[in-house]
Amino acid sequence: MTALIEKLILYFSYPFVRYALIVGVLTALCSSLFGVTLVLKRFSFIGDGLSHVAFGAMSVATVMNLTDNMLLILPVTMLAAVLLLRTGQNSKIRGDAAIAMISVGALGLGYLIMNIFSASSNLTGDVCTTLFGSVSILTLTEAEVLTGIILSIIVIAVFFIFYNKIFAITFDEDFARASGINANRYNLVIAIVIATIIVLAMKLVGSLLISALIVFPALSSMRIYKNFKSVIIFSAVLSIFCAVVGLFTAILAGTPVGPTIVTANILVFLICSAIGRLAKRTT
Amino acid sequence: MALLTCTNLTLGYEGKKVLEGLSFSVNSGDYLCIVGENGAGKTTLMKAILNLHPPLKGDISTGEGLKHTEIGYLPQHTEVQRDFPASVREIVLSGCIGRQGLKPFYNREEKNLALHSMKRMGIENLSSECYRDLSGGQQKRVLLARALCATQKMLLLDEPVAGLDPKVTQEMYELIKELNYTGITVIMISHDVRAAIRYASHILHIGTPVFFGNKEEYINSRLGSRYISLSECEL
Repeated sequence: MTALIEKLILYFSYPFVRYALIVGVLTALCSSLFGVTLVLKRFSFIGDGLSHVAFGAMSVATVMNLTDNMLLILPVTMLAAVLLLRTGQNSKIRGDAAIAMISVGALGLGYLIMNIFSASSNLTGDVCTTLFGSVSILTLTEAEVLTGIILSIIVIAVFFIFYNKIFAITFDEDFARASGINANRYNLVIAIVIATIIVLAMKLVGSLLISALIVFPALSSMRIYKNFKSVIIFSAVLSIFCAVVGLFTAILAGTPVGPTIVTANILVFLICSAIGRLAKRTT
Repeated sequence: MALLTCTNLTLGYEGKKVLEGLSFSVNSGDYLCIVGENGAGKTTLMKAILNLHPPLKGDISTGEGLKHTEIGYLPQHTEVQRDFPASVREIVLSGCIGRQGLKPFYNREEKNLALHSMKRMGIENLSSECYRDLSGGQQKRVLLARALCATQKMLLLDEPVAGLDPKVTQEMYELIKELNYTGITVIMISHDVRAAIRYASHILHIGTPVFFGNKEEYINSRLGSRYISLSECEL
């Protein structure tokens, strides 16, 4: 045990581990805050679709040799988020079909572009990294950490300022509209924020597993708590807990970071489901 | 000047007309019941009044200082609400969302209003309960309390007794009647024409032909008497 702790302390003397922890915690916090809204608005799949768009944008950015990938990925993902939300409201095109189309389309094109144009000698490794985030969280530069922190602060601020509006729109959009709330504008804000979270989370768990970060803490928390505020707070706690535990386990056991965090989330979900079921039986 | 005046409305979706040439007005203190067949345009009319879906043609105007956004609205259930983790207090308080403006949080006055609305509906003891664990009748009371937070003048109720058992239905109608006695104007969409002629002061029957007038006129009209006897046959 002491050997383990010593090992951890040693790791923490490296700046890249500290960076990973800061970005990991912030990403986990942001994704859990908006995860509840996404799940309740039946938008879970949008997160999945957008993450694939982000992957496509990333491959283009890699091929173009941009110094800062974020400059391309963030706007493209935001645009896709806005478009997806629009089609979701349009009754003529089924929202889920549109998402499936955009999502696999971006994934396929992204890989193709990387395959044809990439100068990298280890293409499979590169793709695997973007999809599963195996090491990218541990190779963050100072600038990337700073961008991550700023984006997270914006996301968290947006959530707190619009908390009551988000609740009203999520619970009953028609009622909110009838009360004079411009629901379209807030849906747009939500879409843009989700896009930001996905770009953030790409570094942590990779683009294939982002949905897990958004969906699992919310669902776990909803098994146990029954009012909106508690669900939000507890899902934030769970999400940060899973990110930290997953990150440490990954470092100590040498497992890939993203899948380890997702596994932690799955385990927590199973535990929460069991607790929820027990609580129901006793009442 | 009436509280709400609709003149020569044409309602529909994407160019498809559901209803044409509809005119009626609601005065302060009225209890208007909107009846009609399924698909006649009751819900479309309601959405137009709430400004959710503007009419294709015609004009909806409010008077006596009532704003469109100050109509308290009781919807039928939507799918999202069934598993939504929200306490009664959170939902009732969200009725104040229109008053909140740009402030991020609710102030004391709005919290008191929410408490007062819950008391009026007799649900203050449920305030920390989860909405999805409540019975159908209790859920309607919660949504009605929320609507009361949004308005002082006019309630718009969309099938308020749908899915409730007879006893709870009766209680709900009494509750609405009391609200109407305290001066709140009520517009109710209903399938239940017998309740409509029992409680309402005015009836709007939409379909072909359209009828608008007070209750007595409706009962004596050919359309009204036919519709009422039809609904009695169903029993």
